[in-house]
Amino acid sequence: MKMHIDTDVCTGHGVCEGLRPDVFEVGDDGIVHLLTEEFTEADRADLEDAVDQCPTQALRLEG
Amino acid sequence: MARLVVVGASLAGLRAVESARRAGFTGAITLLGAEEHLPYDRPPLSKEFLTGDGTPKQFRTEDALRTDLDVDLRLGTPATGLDPEQRVILAGDDPVPYTAAVLATGATARTLPGLPALSGLHTLRTLDDARALRTAIQPGSRVVIVGAGFIGSELACSARRMGAEVTLVEAAHVPFAAAVGDELAPAIAALHTRHGTDLRCGVTVTGIDGDDRVRAVRLGDGSTLPADVAIVGVGAAPAIDWLRGSGVKLDDGVVCDETLQSSAPGVYAAGDVARWFNPLFGETMRLEHWTSAAEQGGLAARNATDPAQATPCTLVPYFWSDLYDSRVQFVGVPTADEVRVVAGGVGEDTLLALYRRDDRLIGALGVEQRRLVMRLRAQIGKRVSWNDALEAVAG
Repeated sequence: MKMHIDTDVCTGHGVCEGLRPDVFEVGDDGIVHLLTEEFTEADRADLEDAVDQCPTQALRLEG
Repeated sequence: MARLVVVGASLAGLRAVESARRAGFTGAITLLGAEEHLPYDRPPLSKEFLTGDGTPKQFRTEDALRTDLDVDLRLGTPATGLDPEQRVILAGDDPVPYTAAVLATGATARTLPGLPALSGLHTLRTLDDARALRTAIQPGSRVVIVGAGFIGSELACSARRMGAEVTLVEAAHVPFAAAVGDELAPAIAALHTRHGTDLRCGVTVTGIDGDDRVRAVRLGDGSTLPADVAIVGVGAAPAIDWLRGSGVKLDDGVVCDETLQSSAPGVYAAGDVARWFNPLFGETMRLEHWTSAAEQGGLAARNATDPAQATPCTLVPYFWSDLYDSRVQFVGVPTADEVRVVAGGVGEDTLLALYRRDDRLIGALGVEQRRLVMRLRAQIGKRVSWNDALEAVAG
């Protein structure tokens, strides 16, 4: 599983960080960064929620 | 055979379809859309769609919907009725039978009573509305916007960026009070005055003058504003007229239980039309927010297709607005016992305020506080205490 962030599209709403603060973080630059890229199947539902609820559709989950 | 019928092909309806498939639903899915367009994103319509190149932001291609998600897609097909006894939805020529349904018909723009049908008079809800506005607003146009809520305010910003002369007229003494509470509503209104937009509050509109097209907007104080374009942005009403007489219980929306199920068995609602009991706040709410539509669409479809495992909708409301160069964000609910500004202030570049009810944090407002607002949203969802919230933002 790989999470892609389109940094041209992200505007730092932080909805993803609200769902999984251990995975996503809005940085001082106002956009979201990944804190980890190690995911297991147990993370899938949360990551899918983050993708679905991103107001700018900046996230994409692969695999 | 099981058939999920999703009524409404905007964000909530799309997320419903996607979630049902992802959850393993193998029955048929019919997606009914009133508009001719594929699902598109609405928030940009008042912002970058107008100021940018006018390309709509489509969520998925037709092929992705029909082939990848195996959806029977019927656009330009508004639903006209629902029969909970026969379990059919009326739309187009033939009734569409369902074993489960998600109602996500959204909302329609409210208007003012008694307005004439004139060229140059607009509302904004759909892509077609936005295209019309994009053509109507030209550099130097005199644009009068009636209603300084979020749509009106964002349109004021965009129209100014497009080179128009904008007057923003609001009937209330301060706009945004319902959204963020009386105390801090002035913080949002201040963004207009800081950027030199002519915002007139406490002023009603009594009429619009014109022959074939808009010439002027008449105000309750007796004055008139010359106008080439008049836009009415006075809120939206849930699109539920098609359900009247169906037996589905309605009350400013489709009345739902905690799991988003309506009074009709197997029929759920999501997005702008859903009025449901949110156990997290102990109150009934109906939200016209992007994230609520996304979240409820998915949940309603999962609950509808697997009712034995239905889970309650306990979301923390979130809305945002981009006004001039400022990101305004609100999480939770604004009806509070106390509102405390913990950073910045009204009329400043940034603001962070916390909302308390009893001893809980129930809301937060941020202006240019992107790093903090969503952390507070998570805290509200965990029912964090007021003192812990204050400590967290102080740290």
